[in-house]
Order: sequence, then C-alpha cells, then structure tokens
Amino acid sequence: MIFLSNLVNGISLGSIYAIIALGYTMVYGIAKMLNFAHGDVIMVGAYIIFCGAQYWGLPAPVAVLLAMLVCTVLGMTIEKLAYKPLRQATGLAVLITAIGMSYLLQNTALLIWGANPKVFPSPFSTDALHLFGGELVIKPETLITILANVVIMIALSLFISRTKMGKAMRCVSEDRGAAELMGINVNRTISVTFAIGSALAAIAGLLLCSSYPMLQPTTGSMPGIKAFTAAVFGGIGSIPGAMLGGVLLGIIEILGKAYISTELGDAIVFAVLIVVLLVRPTGLLGKPVREKV
Amino acid sequence: MKTKKARLITQTVTYAVLILLFVILTVMINNKSISRTLKGQLIPICSWIVMAVSLNLVVGISGELSLGHAGFMSIGAFSGIIVSGWLLNGFGMEDPALRLFLSILCGGVIAGIFGVLIGIPVLRLRGDYLAIVTLAFGEIIKNVMNCVYVSVEGRSLNWGFLDGNLPGTLLLNGPMGAVKVKTIATFGAGFILVIFSLIVVLNLVNSRSGRAIMAARDNRIAAEAMGINITKYKMMAFVTAAVLAGMAGALYGLSMATLLPTKFSFNESINVLVFVVLGGIGNIPGSIVSATALTILPEKLRFLQNYRMLAYAILLILVMVLGNNPLLKTLWRRLIPGRNREQTGEEMRA
Repeated sequence: MIFLSNLVNGISLGSIYAIIALGYTMVYGIAKMLNFAHGDVIMVGAYIIFCGAQYWGLPAPVAVLLAMLVCTVLGMTIEKLAYKPLRQATGLAVLITAIGMSYLLQNTALLIWGANPKVFPSPFSTDALHLFGGELVIKPETLITILANVVIMIALSLFISRTKMGKAMRCVSEDRGAAELMGINVNRTISVTFAIGSALAAIAGLLLCSSYPMLQPTTGSMPGIKAFTAAVFGGIGSIPGAMLGGVLLGIIEILGKAYISTELGDAIVFAVLIVVLLVRPTGLLGKPVREKV
Repeated sequence: MKTKKARLITQTVTYAVLILLFVILTVMINNKSISRTLKGQLIPICSWIVMAVSLNLVVGISGELSLGHAGFMSIGAFSGIIVSGWLLNGFGMEDPALRLFLSILCGGVIAGIFGVLIGIPVLRLRGDYLAIVTLAFGEIIKNVMNCVYVSVEGRSLNWGFLDGNLPGTLLLNGPMGAVKVKTIATFGAGFILVIFSLIVVLNLVNSRSGRAIMAARDNRIAAEAMGINITKYKMMAFVTAAVLAGMAGALYGLSMATLLPTKFSFNESINVLVFVVLGGIGNIPGSIVSATALTILPEKLRFLQNYRMLAYAILLILVMVLGNNPLLKTLWRRLIPGRNREQTGEEMRA
C-alpha cells in the first residue's frame, strides 16, 4: 500500500514535470533553442497566483487565469526582446541570452517579493481521498495534478494535429525555410509557441506550489532542469515524449527517494537518464537522426 | 586559419600581458596599494581563468557543449583539500608550497580519471544530448559529494558514505562540506597554474592532435574519412579539460576556509560557459579577459546594492543581443579590417 501511495505521488510529481517539459520541448522543436528561462516563468506564475489569492483577494480560479495571462504576455515579451533578434545567431549565443533572461527573472522576483520563502496556500480545499479503508490517502492536489496533465495532453495533441496553427507549428519545426516559402508566418508561429508554453508554465507553477508549498525566487530552477531532463529523456521535440519522460522521471525520483536513498534522489534520476541516453541516444520516443554525407 | 606568424604574435602578446599584469599586481600587493576586495579575488580569478580556458578547449576547440564542467572543479577541489589535510595531519608536512603543489597535482589527476570515466559514455552522444548528459554528471557529482565523509587519523584516511561517524579529524563533512581548510593557495601559484594551462592548451591546439580535434569538430565525416580517430581526439580534449578543471578546483578549494559541495552546481558550470561565450568561442585569450572581467564585475557593481545581479543579467542579454546585431557586426568589421578573415571561418561553421 505504501508502494501504491508512492507510485501515485510519483505520477503526480511526474505530471508536473511533464507539463513543464511540454514548454521546453515545444520551443525546442520549433525554435531549436533551449529556453532556460522557462523554469523561472513557472516561478513568476506561482508568485502571481500567490499575490492574487493572498493580497488582492481574488478567488482562486481568477488568480490562476490572471497568472496564465501574465505568463503568456511575459513569455511572448521575452521572445520578442531577447530571442527574436538572435534568430540568425549561433545556438550558444541564444543559450547564453536565455540564461541571462533566467537571471533577470530570478533577480526581479527577488527585488519584488524578497528572498524569504512564502508559504503557498493550497487552493484545493476538498478533503483527501481515502481508499482501501483509509490505507491509501490521496491528496486532492495529487489527483488534480494528474487530471490536469491528462487534459492538457489531450487538448494539446488535438491542437497540434487538428488546427491550422498546429499544422503551421509542425511545418516550422520540420523545415523553417520551406515553411516560410509556403506562406507561413514563422515569427507568429514561434510567438504562439512561446505563449502556449508560458501559459502551461503558469499552470505548472500552481500545481508545483500546491504540492510543495515553498515559494521563493529560485523555486522554478530545479524543477526546470529536471523537466528539461525529462524532455530529453522522452526525446526532445516530441510532445508524447515529454509526457512519458516527465511521468517516468517523477516515478523514478519518488521511488528512488523512498526505497534507495533520500539524499541520492537526484543522483538516481540523472543516472537513469544517462543509462537511457546511452541505450537510446535520442531519447525514448525521439526519431533517430540519419547522417548524410 | 591564422598564419603561423600571426599566431606567434598573439601568443607572445598574451604571455607578455599576463606576466606584466602579474608583476604589476605583485608590486601593488607589496605596496599595499590594492583594494582588499580585489586582493581577495585574485586567486579565484586565477581559477576561473583556468576553468574558462579548459572549457574553451571542449566547447570551442572540440565543439562539444559541456554543461557539467563545475563537476570536475568540485572533484579537484575536494581531492585537493583531502590531500592537503592528509599530508599535514598524517605526515606533518608543513611546507605549504610543496603541499599546494602536490594537492593541485592530485586534484588534476583524480579529476582526469573521472574525465576518462565520464568521457567514455558522454562522447558517444551528439549535440544537445551530449550537453544534457554532462549536466547530469555534474549534478550527480554534486549530489554524491554531499554524502561523502572523509577523516584522517594518523596516516590513514577513513571514508564514509552517508555516515559521518569516523575516527580522527574530519576533512570532509558531507553536506557541511570542507571546514577549517588551511588556506595555502597563493596568487603566485595561481599565476603559475594559469600560465601552465595556457601552455598546455595552446600547444595542444597548435599541434597535430589539435588540428585533428578541430577537423573532427568542423566535419566529423570528412575527418573520419581522412583516418582521424574521432573518439580518441575528442577524448583527448575532454580529459585535458577535466585535468585542468581539477587543478583549478584544487587551487580554488585551498583558497577558501570553508567550501560547500553545493557550491559547484549547475549555475557555476553555466557561469564558466558564459565566460567562454562572451570571450569568444575558441578564442583562448578572450576567455582570460572575460573570466577576469566577469569575476570582478559583480563586485564592482556592488554600489547598485540589490540591483547588482539584475544589472549583470541585463548586461549579459544586451551584450549578446547587440553583439549579434547584423548592423553592428558589419560596422565592427569595417572598423577593424584585420578581423575579416578570421570571422568568416567561424561563421561558416555556425
């Protein structure tokens, strides 16, 4: 029963990673860049929800919507100001800019909200679920996180496969030059990708801080790195891959911490990643790259 | 490709400027006309220069993005601290210069061994996957160092994993890191290490092996067709960088009274990468300048108080965005005509 409870917690943590990883993997697929500032967008989203609920007296759903809006605007602004001028530059230049952006967001948050961790109030007030005669207790956060993950997954898959914008995204990720020649507005497509990724980051911020209620300016960075790892684990650029990678990573982390060693939890996660990449060098669901001469 | 003469001039100028700087700084230290903060930063600056130069060997010369370079620094730092403490407590070796030399040597060797062990799996991968695996190794090293306890009792070293109940004096105390380290690192030693790493890296780059490493970077398939053993040469660059990073770590560790394992996190690896990219990828003298400038800069920005790191972040973004502005790039090239030829080669690669 303890195992089952750990498993559920793992899936829940993994769902959070998966939602964050979606942001990484979509941006990577379309703009071919690692957006290191993504983890910090999560932190900003969480702070907005915190302020909305604590200081401005907004009901929780409104606060979440507000955070999604702020994050969307933030993501698109970051893209416009920092990444768009570097479209033609080398990948490393973009990477360093993204790192600069991450520092910028963290330090702005530090100035506005201070370094002291804030206790994030859980917006889900329903009782915990008791199963098997009270032996298995599932908190509402856990359940909602998993549900949110499934809903986002389905919605995003439909968006990518059915809508015109989704089609444009797939085109741009396959061949940017050809897409431009076919009349697709590449800049707008990239902008929309950042918008979706950032809105998802706000949701991830909510879910992350409801399960782990400590909010400080560096809250987003470690989950960000882990989610990025999850995206690579599943095969970067692939949306189902991000999902699978995130959930598996969460399960490995929780089970590793529970059964092997608490202190070495992170080391176990990264060790599994290395082993997987050695066996499948492009991740679990990544397409193998053929080399042409 | 630079001509042999131009290369010789750049190298001579680099060494000359460094030696001149060292002499000036030494005189200033003796005159006490140097600010305390700058004086305290001299040794860290030396270790960051070595870090940047060695990472440039991997990122610039060998063309592989490594995000875990701080891991090797961590290994070097803690092995250096252990060796130094062991020699002092176990063998009563008082001479700080000899102890420092042996510690830095051991730090380099042990980091090099880990470089080989990590390089074997890492260098099978390509591009972003390689980058993420180096990141993973860096995090694993940080995490494992957090659980290691080492103590010295008489002449024997005692090891403990997740268990701090060891007899004798603790040198490494798990998550508390190394405490009460005898700071034996000196600016002179740091300077010698910088010169040593420069000699190693510049000689490697301009040798037959260096050309093979760059050929493998520029076109893997063509290089392989020419009979170059890609893995061997990539490994050579990676392990050399690991050894130098370990030495830099030992120097750094022995200049601090306390050192936490969490110090060498992903952020430090990224910091070194920032030095490399801002100094110019593949440009060794550039790495030295940017490592120095960017270590001093946050201190110089202290008058901005809380806005310090914010200003640093904005500067970083501005430098990247403006530096890659096509208009400014053309202007820059017109102002300095000599740069034309060098740059085109670099751009073709990108």
